[in-house]
Amino acid sequence: MLWDALMRPDLWAATLAMATPIALPALGGTFSERSGVVNIAMEGIMLIGAFFGVLFSYYTNSAWLGLLGALLMGALISALFAYVTVTLGADQVVVGMGVNIFAAGLTAFMLNTIFGYGGTPRETPALPNITIPGLSDIPFVGPVLGSQNIVVYLMLALVVASHYFLFHTNLGLRIRAVGENPQAADTAGLNVPGLRYLGVIIGGMFSSLGGVYLALGLLNSFEINMSGGRGYIALAAMIFGKWTPFGSLGAALMFGFAMALSMILQGGGVSSNIIQMLPYALTILALTGLVGRSTAPAADGIPYNPNK
Amino acid sequence: MQKTIEGLVTPFVAIVIALLIGAVVMLVTGNNPVTAYGALFSGAFGSTVNMSNTLANAIPLILSGLGVAIGFKAGLFNIGAEGQYWIGSMAAVWIGYSVQGLPPILHISLCIIVGMLAAGLWAGIIPGLAKAFVGAHEVITTMMMSYIAIFLSHYMLENGPMMQAGFTPQSPVILPSATLGKIVERTQLSWGLAIALVACVVVYWLLYKTTLGYRLRAVGLNARAASYAGINVPFHLVLALFISGMLAGLAGAVQMLGVQHRLYDSFSSGYGFTAIVVALLANNNPFGVILASIFFASLSTGGQSMQLVSGVPAHLTDVISGIIIFLVATKDIVQMVQKRWRKRQPLAPVKEA
Repeated sequence: MLWDALMRPDLWAATLAMATPIALPALGGTFSERSGVVNIAMEGIMLIGAFFGVLFSYYTNSAWLGLLGALLMGALISALFAYVTVTLGADQVVVGMGVNIFAAGLTAFMLNTIFGYGGTPRETPALPNITIPGLSDIPFVGPVLGSQNIVVYLMLALVVASHYFLFHTNLGLRIRAVGENPQAADTAGLNVPGLRYLGVIIGGMFSSLGGVYLALGLLNSFEINMSGGRGYIALAAMIFGKWTPFGSLGAALMFGFAMALSMILQGGGVSSNIIQMLPYALTILALTGLVGRSTAPAADGIPYNPNK
Repeated sequence: MQKTIEGLVTPFVAIVIALLIGAVVMLVTGNNPVTAYGALFSGAFGSTVNMSNTLANAIPLILSGLGVAIGFKAGLFNIGAEGQYWIGSMAAVWIGYSVQGLPPILHISLCIIVGMLAAGLWAGIIPGLAKAFVGAHEVITTMMMSYIAIFLSHYMLENGPMMQAGFTPQSPVILPSATLGKIVERTQLSWGLAIALVACVVVYWLLYKTTLGYRLRAVGLNARAASYAGINVPFHLVLALFISGMLAGLAGAVQMLGVQHRLYDSFSSGYGFTAIVVALLANNNPFGVILASIFFASLSTGGQSMQLVSGVPAHLTDVISGIIIFLVATKDIVQMVQKRWRKRQPLAPVKEA
């Protein structure tokens, strides 16, 4: 039963599709936390991305302009988050919670105000699925990797690019320095608040892209609270992935796999609800050091005050 | 007294600013804020029935808000009150329909005690011990435990051990002997309100009148100093999460015995998350928690009639809640407004904070 499921390419295709809206905000969280700002606001930023993606896509009649608009709004809400937490030094977890509640309310309110109570229009342009010639013809691999939504491929490229950026460029090194030891970074002449703004805003754009994938890649509409907790799952994926892009992707695939498997095994012997608990339990184990210890960037969550 | 009034000013200013922003949003979207807020107010407090339902909505918020507040006092951010609420609900409902032949007073007490203990252990054992001994951050562990709790409730109800015979994923109804009576008939207001008020007094007493409370607060203010002073910090961290979870579990138990009478298969009650906002707005003061809970409960009951009467979508109240958190977290903004306001009143005595 389980073996049969594992041999089905659609299980693995679904794993990748479900991992994408977790990997993107997890990558977003990684950027923010590497710069030293704890970010639990991914859930809310995803909703902002999803809603404004649909709004701009519908009114400009172009899914790509929708994507662009969503990224701008994601950057805007993240800049606000950065202003309150970095410049004003407010509690990052509390403000993150505030962003989530605010974004859920704002997107639902705007949905009802602009589109009424019947949902977003069906004729909203969506982002295309693409088929890679050659790759899609290979048995097993083809159905898994060869034909997915364009955002899935974008996500895979962004994971590689983020790894290169964070660990092999000067700017990436600076962002990480600010998250590990802001005092030393400041002494070395780095602009601590500026780099933290950068980390938070890049991260917000990734989270926003995750929301765009849900709204314009998978569903072609916006629904209230459609992020459905993925922003919080992304937080777990980021930690399980030890605050690295490849690690975040790996953990997101694990969560995606649990979701896809529980769907495919529906009605089977093992309860799908039990399968879905496992990634959360593993995250706790990872945090307690039982499954490879996860350690946060040293200055994560501590507002930097140069006068102290 | 002076301190109490000062403590009320910041939340009050935050609420006023947030409501004003809400009014601006209404004006921009072509609605009349006076009509809308009028409808909200009368929907929340305009009749005995509305008022009772607002107070009924406040009960789970008061109890889980107290839980979050006591965590904050010990320096812990229990973001998983939602999951603890589910554990408390599950345990209370299970005792409520399966244990037979007890007189009401005993049956109700047993449901509540088991619900509280289950939720307390849920928060205390894994997140508590992980925090105390390996420093795993409680924000993440309590959140993960919350998801596990919710999936556990799905498991219990979807063809699981707590599913009622038939095809609907819900538990059997609790026995009459486990049901809390109503204060006002044909509303949701049960005697759970009395339990919530007593809990506030108990938490206040615990925090401010006992050695244990003093130690919990000392750990919250400065764990290292508390440790030098001979306080067993790991023990008090575990205990704080245990008590915090017990209160969130009590919220679930009281909601089950007083309002729902059975467990439904759903993804979130929302109370555990609003509890965080309640504790923040109340600045973790047990009596402030009552006021803050009534405020947020009135937004949710009044929001519906605002939508019906004035056409302003009820979700605007969530926008307002979000803005309040921003403002309370960013005390600077509120204090800036307060200072400006004070400058215009040169005769009022100015007291530096």
